[in-house]
Amino acid sequence: MSDKRTAITINGIVKEFSAGSQMIRVLHGIDAEIRSGELTYLVGESGSGKTTMISIIAGILYPTDGSVSVFGQDIYSLSDNDLVRFRLSNIGFIFQQYNLIPTLTAAENASVPLVAAGMKRDEAVERGRAMLDKLNIADQADKLPRQLSGGQQQRVAIARALVHEPRLVVCDEPTAALDAKSGRRVMDLLREVALAPERTVIIVTHDNRIFDLADRILVMEDGRITHDGEEMPDH
Amino acid sequence: MTWIAIRMLTGDRQKFFGLLFGVAFSALLISQQLTIFINLIERGATAVYNIPTANIWVMDPVSRTPDVALPMPPTALDKVRSVNGVEWASPLLRSGATVRTPEGDLEGVTVVGVDDATLIGLPKKFIQGSREALYEPDAVIIDSVGAAKLFPEGFDPIGVRLELNDRRAVIRGIVDVDPSFTSQVILYTRYSNALAFVPGTRNRMSFILASASDGLTAKQVTTRITEATGLKARTREEFARDGVDFIIENTGIPVNFGITVALGFIVGVAIVGLTFSLFIRDNIKQFGALKAIGVTNNKIRMMVAAQALLVGLVGYGIGILLAAIFIASGAANSPDFKGFYTPWEIPVLTAFVVITMILITGWLALRSVLKTEPAEVFR
Repeated sequence: MSDKRTAITINGIVKEFSAGSQMIRVLHGIDAEIRSGELTYLVGESGSGKTTMISIIAGILYPTDGSVSVFGQDIYSLSDNDLVRFRLSNIGFIFQQYNLIPTLTAAENASVPLVAAGMKRDEAVERGRAMLDKLNIADQADKLPRQLSGGQQQRVAIARALVHEPRLVVCDEPTAALDAKSGRRVMDLLREVALAPERTVIIVTHDNRIFDLADRILVMEDGRITHDGEEMPDH
Repeated sequence: MTWIAIRMLTGDRQKFFGLLFGVAFSALLISQQLTIFINLIERGATAVYNIPTANIWVMDPVSRTPDVALPMPPTALDKVRSVNGVEWASPLLRSGATVRTPEGDLEGVTVVGVDDATLIGLPKKFIQGSREALYEPDAVIIDSVGAAKLFPEGFDPIGVRLELNDRRAVIRGIVDVDPSFTSQVILYTRYSNALAFVPGTRNRMSFILASASDGLTAKQVTTRITEATGLKARTREEFARDGVDFIIENTGIPVNFGITVALGFIVGVAIVGLTFSLFIRDNIKQFGALKAIGVTNNKIRMMVAAQALLVGLVGYGIGILLAAIFIASGAANSPDFKGFYTPWEIPVLTAFVVITMILITGWLALRSVLKTEPAEVFR
């Protein structure tokens, strides 16, 4: 049973980008709460603001206004260096294009957050290997990313996101490059490994093949949340 | 993170070797050209250093180098000998002449006439023959590079008759000396023979070689000679430097070598800068991901610095090694490079140039990494 306490509190988030002399507002004062122990989907058309939203939640894009509290920490009140350290300790990232380092083996790629945190190479790689084992690709640990299939690369990316046991995992289109079967397997893995009472997973997607796996779906349109529920709204 | 940075770089073999090539090529070009330049201009001093016994050279006040000298009257020798502090003084004649080989070829030569009695002015190291051979009739001693120039490889020139300005000259020995700037054949003979070999003018004596008495420095004695005789007197080191300065001031060599060295630097910066930028651009998403994950800008700086350092060290090592092999092999096998060596200052100077190149290109590459927003990995 998962404990559904508030993991992330988003208060009045506004984000504006400059385009020449004009300022374009892409997020219009968003308020939301994300609970721990849930798979939360952020869904919307291209340009709806979901990528900007997840970037702000993950602490890699400063909002123009508003605040984000992740497990009780107002992340944008931290100094730049503290914010980087906070991300390193508390957030795991899964990118659409995986962004694995092509010249490192799967185990080495998985160990990157631990190395960045100062762990010794051998120990970090061993833990990366153990995480790959959890994700059932231990046999691919010594291969380079180009020697792996898309699904295997995504699992390595998941291993990298989870190896340091972050409390928040943010995923950008984790199944976009995968076939339906692989996509569902990846989502099952995410649910199995990432979800715990003190953890939460946010997934940006418009892959309707996996909507049924969400605990909660936030739909965004034109920089606003227009739907908040367990299922996609009927249109 | 350093090992990750190194693996990122070395794993992309094409770019890694491209970067190494850029640095190595630059280091090779710069060090090799500078070495040739230094050795070439130092040949302006070989005529002086080939006569180790004389630590003072006396000449007409307008004379500038061993090859740019106005002859003096014979009385100048007595004047110099009479100066207090001069241990000994002997005449030296240096003059251009034309020699005809047995095959009928013509070759410009430098005739050096040394003191008949003491043979002061003759190089010390003989490859064939001996100093005493110079007392034989019409005897000349040839330098080893000149012998290689005049005769085919493996040919023994001892006893060969040459036609030197319409007079008979017989090669009686070979000396080992560093060639002059022009690499002209040098024929050593006695002063009295030289007067006969070289077309006559009123004054014939090019230089007076002298030595300072015990307890006096060469510099002190040169001052005394100039004050007493009005002649120009230089210590060996000063006169050697005059020969080098003459080449620097009167030829386009420094400019030409300077241009080549500058091109080596510019081409190096271009190749390394471009390849490094391409490498960074290809990995910008990975760097962005690292920043998002929580790698600080300082660690990113260290990563790029480690990559630049590796490329710089290995590339510099390859370049310097190739340059040293080139110079050493040239010095061992080619008369044109005889006596060439690599002064320690050149690897040091090349290291500074490579460091500058790496700093510039590393900084350019780093700028784009630091400017990358971690949020870009989601776009």
